[in-house]
Amino acid sequence: MENVNFIYDLLGKNFIAIILVISLPLMFVLVYALAAILAELKVSAWIQERLGPMRTGPWGILQPIAEVVKLIQKEDITPDKANKPLYNLAPFIIFTGAYAAFAVIPFSEYFVPAGINLGLFYVFAVGSISAIGLVMGGWASNNKYSLMGAMRSVAQLISYEIPAAMAILSIVVLASTMNMQEINKLQSGWFWNWFIFGGPGSITKIWVIPFTIGLSLIYFISSLAETNRVPFDIPEGESELVAGFHTEYSGMKFAMFFFAEYANMFIVAAILATIFLGGWNSPFDTFMQGPIWGAFWFISKAFSVVFVQIWLRWTLPRFRVDQLMYVGWKVLLPISFVCFLAVSLFVMLK
Amino acid sequence: MVQYFKNIWSGLSSTAIGMNITAKHLFVKKVTIQYPDQKFTMPPKARNRLALDMVKCTGCTACAKACPVNCIDIETIRVMADDPHQELLHTGKERKLWLGRFDIDFAKCCYCSLCVVACPSDAINHSAEYEYSVYKREDLLYKFQTLTDEQVKDKQARLAEFMAIEKVCHPDDAPAKPVAKKNIDEKTE
Repeated sequence: MENVNFIYDLLGKNFIAIILVISLPLMFVLVYALAAILAELKVSAWIQERLGPMRTGPWGILQPIAEVVKLIQKEDITPDKANKPLYNLAPFIIFTGAYAAFAVIPFSEYFVPAGINLGLFYVFAVGSISAIGLVMGGWASNNKYSLMGAMRSVAQLISYEIPAAMAILSIVVLASTMNMQEINKLQSGWFWNWFIFGGPGSITKIWVIPFTIGLSLIYFISSLAETNRVPFDIPEGESELVAGFHTEYSGMKFAMFFFAEYANMFIVAAILATIFLGGWNSPFDTFMQGPIWGAFWFISKAFSVVFVQIWLRWTLPRFRVDQLMYVGWKVLLPISFVCFLAVSLFVMLK
Repeated sequence: MVQYFKNIWSGLSSTAIGMNITAKHLFVKKVTIQYPDQKFTMPPKARNRLALDMVKCTGCTACAKACPVNCIDIETIRVMADDPHQELLHTGKERKLWLGRFDIDFAKCCYCSLCVVACPSDAINHSAEYEYSVYKREDLLYKFQTLTDEQVKDKQARLAEFMAIEKVCHPDDAPAKPVAKKNIDEKTE
């Protein structure tokens, strides 16, 4: 199946077009990260009945820009006893890992940077790169809190990657493809064709719906753990570990970690939106369906998921390490296996 | 096994309840007062900076005696009968003591309000003023005296003159005020 890419259609597949295709998601990430930082500040403030930043620009909308300018101005400190090459490399590796996943995110029917057939597998593979960056940063900082944060983060990633993978695998079984663009196309039509509601099919799919809803929950919970967000933020639990693996970082390197965290949030939200919520498909059949509307639907779905992540952050307290392991191995994993079996059975009998 | 599913259910449902609560708070009217633009109305008995009504003040120094941190510094001069400058208090009576100095050091003041309680003539009170940050600690020393320095010197001289005459008339009496004594000593030398 050929993937349509509007930039290649317009400019032909030359060097400039490739650079454009590569840099378009980067532009998006930068703008999105600013918006997400503002959303985080504002939502947290509103939940706590505060107003949040109000001084920089009208209603404080320039606050994230001010924060980035502040981070650029800050001194870039490398600790004396740190392992300098690894210490300096870590933020770049984390951001690369986060950014690499954007290659297969289908923003619209006519735009996916690289529509490879193993899209979902690729996302999982590059998603693990950031774990290497975390350990690298934590180890090279020569700080006990950083090291502990890095160790916790890896333990968490390993535990939660499995339920997330099982959830995605179930959808792969349902869709019988790993190409994210193909998965999107399968879900066109009304919103009951989305995979959270069992995907396309006749009325017999009704008994698989509870399992797919459960799988979407499992994926959402484990994606929270993978992006180190509350309630799974034990790698950077402020009250225990100062700031976890990025305690020693300052200035632009810290900003890289920050951007990578927000980019990761968007990636898991985008995967959730793609495989469970219909991606760029309109919820109402052909109403507002099209390439530009597609980008609108995709981004608004992903942003809704990001909003729920932020909302949860200001609702729940942090897990203890043993509770985290309990939830990962004893709750999410068996339930995801059961759901996987049920979905597979459904596909076999269909 | 039943307990296991109960735990999962209670975890999910309590999260939903929590999210419902936080969602409600999202749309509640915010409590923030944007301070320099909007101001908080002070409660009636707020202890802000002290204000002094110099017409009411009789110079009794009760506030200075009541002050636990000695932040009030008062120097009074007796009013001489031959002084052409006379003043009436707000009660209509004649002023008996000039206030040569009335300093309150707000760097020391602990806002305990004991001076306000002690004041017999209701002259010292808490004002509504709470924005008086300064860059130097000395700027927090507030001078409340209404007389000019020349007037103070004039009144001190008149008192000293009077005391000198007193000393001549009744040499056995101890001087009434340390200020006067000091002046006499200087003169005798």
